[in-house]
Amino acid sequence: MENGKYGVFGGQYVPETLMTAVHEVEAAYEKYKADPQFQAELADLMKNYAGRPSLLYYAEKMTKDLGGAKIYLKREDLNHTGSHKINNVLGQALLAKKMGKTRLIAETGAGQHGVATATAAALMGMECEVFMGKEDTDRQALNVYRMELLGAKVHSVTSGTMTLKDAVNETMREWSRRVDDTLYVLGSVMGPHPFPMMVRDFQKIIGKEIKEQIQEREGRLPDAVLACVGGGSNAMGAFYEFIPDASVALIGCEAAGLGVDTEKHAATIARGSEGIFHGMKSLFCQNKDGQIAPVYSLSAGLDYPGIGPEHAHLAKTGRATYVPVTDEEAVSAFEYLSRVEGIIPALESAHAVAHARKIAPGMSKDQIVVVNLSGRGDKDVAAIARYRGVELYE
Amino acid sequence: MNNQRHERIARAFAHGKAFIPFITGGDPSLEVTKKLLIAMEEAGADLVEIGLPFSDPIAEGEVIQEATYRALSAGCTTDQLFDMVKEARETVKIPLVFLTYVNSVFSYGKEAFMKRCVECGVDGLIVPDLPYEEKGEIRDVCQEYGIAIISLIAPTSKERIKAIAQDAQGFIYVVSSLGVTGVRQEITTNVEEMTAMVRQVTDVPCAIGFGISRPEQATQMARVSDGAIVGSAIVRMVGEYKEGCIPAVAEYVKKMKEAVRAAE
Repeated sequence: MENGKYGVFGGQYVPETLMTAVHEVEAAYEKYKADPQFQAELADLMKNYAGRPSLLYYAEKMTKDLGGAKIYLKREDLNHTGSHKINNVLGQALLAKKMGKTRLIAETGAGQHGVATATAAALMGMECEVFMGKEDTDRQALNVYRMELLGAKVHSVTSGTMTLKDAVNETMREWSRRVDDTLYVLGSVMGPHPFPMMVRDFQKIIGKEIKEQIQEREGRLPDAVLACVGGGSNAMGAFYEFIPDASVALIGCEAAGLGVDTEKHAATIARGSEGIFHGMKSLFCQNKDGQIAPVYSLSAGLDYPGIGPEHAHLAKTGRATYVPVTDEEAVSAFEYLSRVEGIIPALESAHAVAHARKIAPGMSKDQIVVVNLSGRGDKDVAAIARYRGVELYE
Repeated sequence: MNNQRHERIARAFAHGKAFIPFITGGDPSLEVTKKLLIAMEEAGADLVEIGLPFSDPIAEGEVIQEATYRALSAGCTTDQLFDMVKEARETVKIPLVFLTYVNSVFSYGKEAFMKRCVECGVDGLIVPDLPYEEKGEIRDVCQEYGIAIISLIAPTSKERIKAIAQDAQGFIYVVSSLGVTGVRQEITTNVEEMTAMVRQVTDVPCAIGFGISRPEQATQMARVSDGAIVGSAIVRMVGEYKEGCIPAVAEYVKKMKEAVRAAE
């Protein structure tokens, strides 16, 4: 599974200008991964800065309401900066510091990864520039200001479809302009090796904690772990520790937008095909000429035409399954969890909540479902209001 | 190396320093691209790189990105581009290579793509997102059909240069600067050092690209290599004059060809 390949997927498909940089990150990561001092510093940041371990919360009201499997929520939304993104960013920023880099660059969709990167840069006294599609800077204006407040410079990307994939393109271009002092902090389990592996390693703490916490609470493993999937970092983090446990169903929830039978979706596994893009061989939404499709989801964080290579492999081998969830189902789950449990989930995470609502009632009461609540929904309140036709000014 | 397409590429460098223009296929239309190929050959181009438009060209600067979007909006497909090259081949004798992102080859079907290259007269491929380590993706199929894979070396390549050069076919594309394609006022990289490292291991010609737009830059780059590649400066002209771009581009190519020959 290593050497950057996951079955046929993965690899390092980047321009020659970036190859030395990619190899440098690979070598540094291999070195520090095995360094007890690096791991101790990271563990300290995770505990005292990010607020880990995050809670595993028994959603009793939701369980009773659905009348089937017991539902637990992994509360990544309670981390500092409000999502799982901080886990990866603290790892990469610390690595960058050890490598002698002084500047972090990152892409962002909804803004969660950008905010996390800007936060880590502020903490570690590094320069930070974030690339964000113009469509997203418009719909997530608050997050743009948040990043600026943290000292980052935000570039509004106007090329291509002006969304997350174009932000990735532009960050790659920027990295190729300035590699010496800069690390590209990739936000998901995607891109060229070692990023899919490294980001997964920094995120696998989610599944590791779930395993310990559920053993403590229930004395057994869950029957299913659910997570939303865009590039797939929170899902990979939640799934990884459970891959050897065949009794645990791993279910990724993709953004189906207006439906997988329309052209307005971002359901890569349901509708994509094999391709090579953004440094990796994986599955992508594309046309027959390999032109990357302009995908759609109400949730900016899932609005991406590809998926990490390890997910493509898990899907191909059948170890994990991936299901489409529409905008309407996600918004309805967003409102449901807010009312029933008093927890406002990120619209991305609401895709996983929506699928739990579908499957839990058909399961028995002694079964257990864990939903990874990857982020909090404050950032989405205005968008949901607009979706419901409410005029709201921030 | 012993096939007609590799030989055609070698001939581009056999009569002196080479001038290699780049144009984006299908911008503003395939008809104009065909006329440009014919006019550039007449004006002295030794080899032409044709960009196969890809939705997300991560190695390109703004000028070529915009040309790519124009070509795609005009409806240019891979098959149409192949058809156009086939038609142009009725008159054009100089080597033609595609600059294509790997996904365009992969999604077309690698074997089908190479068959079309042979059928239409495409001699080689420059694949900017296929580094040395991933060349295995298309190496065998290119070998089978006799299509040259043009390798790139960059200012950051350093100790990688020898391995890349040893494996090189056709010519080596020496990337003069960090970053993406685009016109630059000055080229500050020590390209001479890069070409000297290549020379230690292979006789495959080196052509320098990225940032070149003025005749004196072309002369300077040709002096330390076997030729100069110019993309953005020409693509910008095509973008500006559209259907009427042919005389301007032909005149520019003539001037640049003289400039590279002045380096001899």
